[in-house]
Amino acid sequence: MAQAELEQEQTETMTVRESIRQALREELEHDEDVYIIGEDVGAFGGVLEVTGNLYEEFGEERVRDTPIAEAGIIGAATGAAATGTRPVAELMFSDFTGVAMEQIMNQMAKMRYMFGGKTDMPVTVRTTEGGGMGAASQHSGTIHSWISHFPGLKAVAPGTAAAAKGLTKAAIRSDDPVFVFENKMIYEQQGEVPTDVEYTIPIGEAAVEREGEDVTVVGTQRLVGEALDVAESLSGDVSVEVIDPRSLYPLDTDTIVESVKKTGRMVVADESPLSYGTHAEIIARAQEEAFFSLDAPIQRVGTPDTHMPFSTPLEQEVLPGGEDVKDAIRRIT
Amino acid sequence: MTDYTLETEAGRRESLRRMLTIREFDTKAGQYFADGEIPGFVHLYIGEEAVAVGTCAALDPDDLISSTHRGHGHCIAKGLDTELMMAELFGKEDGYCNGKGGSMHIADVESGMLGANGIVGAGPPLATGAALSIDYQDRDQVALAFLGDGAVAQGQVHEAINLASTWDLPAIFLVENNRYGEATPVEKQHNLSQLSDTAQAYDIPGLTVDGMDVTAVAEAVKEARKRARAGDGPTLIEAETYRYRGHYEGDEQNYRTDEELEQWQERDAIDSFKRRLIDRGELTEDDFEEMQAAIEEAIADAIEYAQESEFPAPEEAYDDMFSESVPEIEAFAERIRTDGGSNGGDA
Repeated sequence: MAQAELEQEQTETMTVRESIRQALREELEHDEDVYIIGEDVGAFGGVLEVTGNLYEEFGEERVRDTPIAEAGIIGAATGAAATGTRPVAELMFSDFTGVAMEQIMNQMAKMRYMFGGKTDMPVTVRTTEGGGMGAASQHSGTIHSWISHFPGLKAVAPGTAAAAKGLTKAAIRSDDPVFVFENKMIYEQQGEVPTDVEYTIPIGEAAVEREGEDVTVVGTQRLVGEALDVAESLSGDVSVEVIDPRSLYPLDTDTIVESVKKTGRMVVADESPLSYGTHAEIIARAQEEAFFSLDAPIQRVGTPDTHMPFSTPLEQEVLPGGEDVKDAIRRIT
Repeated sequence: MTDYTLETEAGRRESLRRMLTIREFDTKAGQYFADGEIPGFVHLYIGEEAVAVGTCAALDPDDLISSTHRGHGHCIAKGLDTELMMAELFGKEDGYCNGKGGSMHIADVESGMLGANGIVGAGPPLATGAALSIDYQDRDQVALAFLGDGAVAQGQVHEAINLASTWDLPAIFLVENNRYGEATPVEKQHNLSQLSDTAQAYDIPGLTVDGMDVTAVAEAVKEARKRARAGDGPTLIEAETYRYRGHYEGDEQNYRTDEELEQWQERDAIDSFKRRLIDRGELTEDDFEEMQAAIEEAIADAIEYAQESEFPAPEEAYDDMFSESVPEIEAFAERIRTDGGSNGGDA
């Protein structure tokens, strides 16, 4: 969250994991139609410990353990959302989305449209993405481009603790299906988080996390923090503006375009595979609206179209990070 | 409210009326599809009427159902309006989905009809979810999934029944075994001879009933509903039936013989139920003729309503994606419409 916005709010320091849990707790308290379902979200507290003690606080009806059955979980959440309740489903790792994809693409995403707008679909899907912990190819994927690409779904991907809370709450309050993509490497990242229980971040609003003049870095998830570190390390040399889009669909094109018109240069840093995805979309929009302001080819930083390998040197080879962002900035400044 | 249960004389007549309505609706839908007025695909329910009607007669009006690609019968049995249904098949603005769904996605969530479905096996998870909502909010309802014999082989159906039975949800799974999954006989798709045996895997009751007997279907569903409302969880019912038409209209049906079709038609559910009502002194041939004539008129009215209804305005294609508009669709729509009113797709 941009510093200026945060200064308007009463805040406390917490990790991304705690901020998501707080968002869930507040929404369970706010609306009794909200409940959580997923694998090991209950008594166990979540495999990445996000739901934590919510089971003890709210009971097994509202924090409900499921069988290991992603199509069933997502299908049930979809049917439930169409019939009067507001489920928050957890897909333990985003790689498991494939198991549930039929219900996501043909039911959840299409029902409102196919039915002529005559149903709401207030379902939230939380899932974890990203490499960096040696979890190998089936537990490290970054798949948010698929979901952002598919009509009828909204997708958010926070890069800070404040965004994690504000977006999770906005997702749960939305009458549309919203995927919340949590990068697992930033669960321990700390930040200032507003304490107001009514605090939400509108889906579709980016944040300028740092203002700069020479180059715009649009970074997502873990790469927001890494881009901010790079910006700091280059200060006095290159003035870097850092934008966290926060929402991938809908995307706040205006904030990105306005920045590029000012700086004339852009780097898009997102952990998803480089081809046919999030980077390409953001770049397409920038060139549509700011073509004549561009002074250099737009650069992209991401995973080089490989899966996430297991062994540490292999994983570090392909995992995009601050050095890659810095190299990209250097290529065009 | 209309008396619609197999347990009263008026209700039995209403059940017969709905079965006849389904047959007439789908007969006409087939004709207007062949004439080219109904676009896309249609999958007709003719022959299976006793299953939908027996089921819905045993449900409460507030209960929820999920349907299949062969959904017209479920809609009529559930009480949907045939004019709005036909308008939807014709792709018209006044249809249930304002022309966005068509035959395969016809839905009326308000009436408890959670949608026909173009994906085989996709309804049961939705019904399990509906049962979850019912259970969570402690509502006096059940959710019933219609599924075909082909769907029993789908993985997501297993997940849905397992979830519903593990949580004792108020759900019912009604398998319409019409002997063919698309063009492939049921024996070539399953190792079980009775699909209701799958219930054993979930430790829930599973039974096979004569799907050509509307009363037998209703009795099974009534019992399943009672069990679901008592908090004892789901039941799986297999109704043995037969579709008289192809999988879809235009299907050559080279996978079955005329003799097989005739054998099933000899046991026609409407004929046998009609005879039973006449034998019981609850119906005369004249009553039946009158009922049939009224239905023919009602469906002719539905056709006329559909034909006279307007097509949706082209720009409505951009509506209903989300609860609120998104800038992406607004911008794309504006560009397409500024450049000449369509995305190059007009013939």
